[in-house]
Amino acid sequence: MSGADRTKAVLLLCAVIAVLFVLQFLLPEYHHLSMTRIMVLAVFAMGYNVLFGYTGLLSLGHAMFFAAGLYAAGLTVYHLEWSVPLAFATGVAAGAVSSLVIGVVALRTTGVSFMIVTMMFAQVAYLATLYFTTYTRGDEGLVLPTAARSFDVFGVAVDLTNPVVRYNIALALLAATIAIIYKVVHSETGRALIAIRENEPRTQMLGYNTFAIKLKALVISGTLSAASGAAYVLLFAYVGSTFATIQYSIDALLYTLLGGAGTLLGPLAGALMMFYVIDIASEYTVAYLLIAGLVLIVLVLFFQKGVLGTIRERWIRWLP
Amino acid sequence: MDFGPFLFLATLEGLVQAAVLCLTALGLSLVFGVMRVVNVAHGEFYMLGAVIAWWVTSIVGIHPAVGFAAALAIAPLAVGAIAFAGERLILKRLDYNPEATIVATIGMLYVIQQMALLFFGPDPRPVEAPFYFRIQFPWFGYSGYKLIVVAAAIAILLIAWFVIAKTRIGLVMRATQFDGDTAQAFGIPVNRVYASVFAVGAMFAAVAAVLIVPIRQAHYLMGLDPLLLSFIVVILGGLGSIRGTIVAAILIGLSDGIISVFFSPTLAKMASTLLVALVLVFRPQGLFGREEL
Repeated sequence: MSGADRTKAVLLLCAVIAVLFVLQFLLPEYHHLSMTRIMVLAVFAMGYNVLFGYTGLLSLGHAMFFAAGLYAAGLTVYHLEWSVPLAFATGVAAGAVSSLVIGVVALRTTGVSFMIVTMMFAQVAYLATLYFTTYTRGDEGLVLPTAARSFDVFGVAVDLTNPVVRYNIALALLAATIAIIYKVVHSETGRALIAIRENEPRTQMLGYNTFAIKLKALVISGTLSAASGAAYVLLFAYVGSTFATIQYSIDALLYTLLGGAGTLLGPLAGALMMFYVIDIASEYTVAYLLIAGLVLIVLVLFFQKGVLGTIRERWIRWLP
Repeated sequence: MDFGPFLFLATLEGLVQAAVLCLTALGLSLVFGVMRVVNVAHGEFYMLGAVIAWWVTSIVGIHPAVGFAAALAIAPLAVGAIAFAGERLILKRLDYNPEATIVATIGMLYVIQQMALLFFGPDPRPVEAPFYFRIQFPWFGYSGYKLIVVAAAIAILLIAWFVIAKTRIGLVMRATQFDGDTAQAFGIPVNRVYASVFAVGAMFAAVAAVLIVPIRQAHYLMGLDPLLLSFIVVILGGLGSIRGTIVAAILIGLSDGIISVFFSPTLAKMASTLLVALVLVFRPQGLFGREEL
């Protein structure tokens, strides 16, 4: 990518963040809240995309990293009454540690085995949230007390029950994630990730330690997913086993595939489209997941590059 | 009840579980063995079998046994037809790319499950057993139907073994499994074999579900558990190895049944799932499989 293309890409990313910032003054209340959720979920999918889109490793267990952040942050606030920033940091750390441990074991496999192994580990994590029901309350879940949802940053009181605050925190998290992924992808590691996706044995032959690079990708991916989970529980004050189900792993895959795997903004676009499609469908029928299934099949049959992937291929070569 | 009889009861429950699991997992194992693809929608074919069985028995209202016999004939055929169509319309077009197939079958899982929710509804529904009799042991009475399920499963497995090992159909299947390209060169319609194997794999799941539905109820979410258990069994037994699959199904079915009686079922599931993930990482050929993958 040339220097001029890179400038265009950075300008586009800044423009997207600026549009999202302005959007909060225009959106009605309901869509304001939806957009907050979408931005947090997009961070999850973007984290997923680091592993799937850039490194070419398809995980079916990312719900466990999302849930690691969610539970680590939620339980420390609920049981230990930790402050919000500390709980968020704990959630992120939980994601980093769990993805490191899972990665060391699961990355010994590739392809279909990797998918099944990650799915199995995630299933164990889900069952654990049910088993330790004394702390987690299982399916029923926990609601964080309102008093625990405000904190001071350098003397400024931040109240997470305020929708405007929530929107801007979600936006800040999204912007930070975009910056981190942009930086990673354009670093030497990022190029090695793409090289592994395209041809792992050849990358190995060039002298790269592909295991270490894949582990790095998985840790970045898992940590970002956990950050999304931690933000989700702190912003919306609810933690429950549903978030650890395979459904959430598949959602991340669905958002990424739909928006375009291996594009920076694809997961955001996918999350936005899928969220609203499901939201509208669920007004008409209980079987709204039918649409998720149909979209998956259509994507994999006819549209493997997703929306932004196709746009990049056909029209805008410099799309990040 | 004393410990001895209690263990005996738990073993009987485990046997029923193992019988059904054998059939379901064998279907998944056949599909993986011959086509080298993982069918994530397998559990939904099981669910469809149960739901169609309920539907058939509720229409054929003469006598529970007649309804059940009709269900046992119709449900697997209907499920096989649906699987056949799915294979032709989706998997074939993906050229059986392993990863794309998994994503596509996840899609099929949602489509089938949500269709069942739309047309069958969210409530579990019972199916009457074809007959009632109790076998009286010295310590407790036990449902005769459950033992018939075990016997039926064994009979079906024997037939399956005979077809695969002794007939021309089985030979064609084994040839395709061994080397698809060479089989094609020798005039075996590999494409049609794939579609048939996919349908037959689904039918195994459907038969298992029809057998078990009088004991458990039909419900649109009932497919997930057999799917995960079948995965566990097929991986432990060695992907694609039919003998390994059956041994592992008996092992997992029995231990799951027994452990669930004495300990928390959630803990039992956690332990077996974790074990399987580790087997897949450190011994990908399975516990009983030979080194071939």
